Amino acid sequence: MPMQADDIIRLIKEGIPGAEVEIQDLAGDGDHYAATVISSAFAGKSKIQQHQMVYGALGGRMGGVLHALKLTTMAQRP
Amino acid sequence: MSEPEVFERIRDEIGKNDVLLFMKGTPVFPQCGFSAAVVDVLSQLGVKFHGINILVDPDLREGIKEFSQWPTIPQLYVKGEFVGGCDIVREMFETGELEQMFKEKGVSLADAA
Repeated sequence: MPMQADDIIRLIKEGIPGAEVEIQDLAGDGDHYAATVISSAFAGKSKIQQHQMVYGALGGRMGGVLHALKLTTMAQRP
Repeated sequence: MSEPEVFERIRDEIGKNDVLLFMKGTPVFPQCGFSAAVVDVLSQLGVKFHGINILVDPDLREGIKEFSQWPTIPQLYVKGEFVGGCDIVREMFETGELEQMFKEKGVSLADAA
């Protein structure tokens, strides 16, 4: 089952308050997304921890209903 | 709560293989674009690695996600340490961090395939 981009953004923002989220539907099929998440909450955390925070916000959907999400995380805009 | 039996096997594999990739398909025939991308990066660096096809082993497929607290496959382990999935590995490759990490951990990068 595909997920809507809006739902992904909402979940990430709920899980990581104040985060900026940009999302692209890569294949136009509602199933392959690329997301960039920018949050000061990532500061001082490893990449693995940053991605785990996003996966945590998605509450188990990653790897399930959400098949493919190419993730880029950063603490601030480059 | 006792931990799943499969964790023992995972630890054993991680201990035996300096560079270990849990993946969909095999290094020669990856069955997912994300797994293929990591295989490609490792090949470009000339890193010898062991690939485990989780598609043929449902216990391992679920077990590794719990073990790593990471919801997706592929997953790369180097010298016992979880490095990341496809996005992190690719990003580290592009910035040169991955090569640096292999060197620091004493993994040979010679003999590119």
